[in-house]
Amino acid sequence: MNDPGPYRPLTYFQLMEISLRELLVEKGVVTEGEVAEEVEAMRKRGYERGARVVARAWVDPQYKERLLANGTKACEELGLEIPALKLLVVENTPEVHNAIVCTLCSCYPRMLLGIPPEWYKSRNYRSRMVREPRAVLAEFGLDLPAHVTIRVHDSTADMRYLVLPMRPAGTEGWEEERLAALVTRDSMIGVAVAKGPND
Amino acid sequence: MAEPRFQPGEQVRVINALPLGHVRTPFYIRGKTGTIERYCGSFPNPEELAQMRDGLPAQPLYRVKFRQQEVWPDYDGSPNDVLEVEIYQHWLEKA
Repeated sequence: MNDPGPYRPLTYFQLMEISLRELLVEKGVVTEGEVAEEVEAMRKRGYERGARVVARAWVDPQYKERLLANGTKACEELGLEIPALKLLVVENTPEVHNAIVCTLCSCYPRMLLGIPPEWYKSRNYRSRMVREPRAVLAEFGLDLPAHVTIRVHDSTADMRYLVLPMRPAGTEGWEEERLAALVTRDSMIGVAVAKGPND
Repeated sequence: MAEPRFQPGEQVRVINALPLGHVRTPFYIRGKTGTIERYCGSFPNPEELAQMRDGLPAQPLYRVKFRQQEVWPDYDGSPNDVLEVEIYQHWLEKA
């Protein structure tokens, strides 16, 4: 038999969630089924949408321009509805590397990247990324030369951020879909670069 | 909506205040001087929203760019490294 572990009473927030959900169901605002479906949809959402946006920007310079000018609209062009999200896309170049953090909580472009990784929400990452970004990036395996400028974006208010990583060398002539497979979640947060053609 | 008072490129200082309640200006950036990077639009004031009020008039929101060495005097990365933070207008003054 599986050991269910020691008994733990519900936390304050678990109780609040159950109370609110039951009230909403009782008042006919939502059904239990709808809530379950939405939770499932959120769990399933990965970073593929973000990768599609990046791959399109790599193959289409005009799209890239529109993406950098207005991230939300450019996503809509690809049929990606990102409600309640003012998206700013920041571009990595050989001279500038961008990275995203939310020091106050854990703001994250979920509609494009799915559920944030645990480390993104950790105090360690949130406090150190603004203080010593080079050391933090090195811990992710990304050693940036001194001549590369680091721009750290603290997502403190109403904007959400996506890093447009550099297109890897050796991918000339690649199709969009093949390119999208090189775009990792971490490269869109800015703690890594995109995969190379042989990775 | 409150009128935007700052232009991109303008020097601003973050007010060094300690109000109680829900505030979206991180402690580490209060009192620091930076440059307006862009105007992001105006949004209901989150400090008011947290008190169940309507947050109006909407507050202009800016991205302000700070030199890392201005924020952390002992910063040991490149002197060009920057930190960009979203800050509401009522937290900014002309530097």
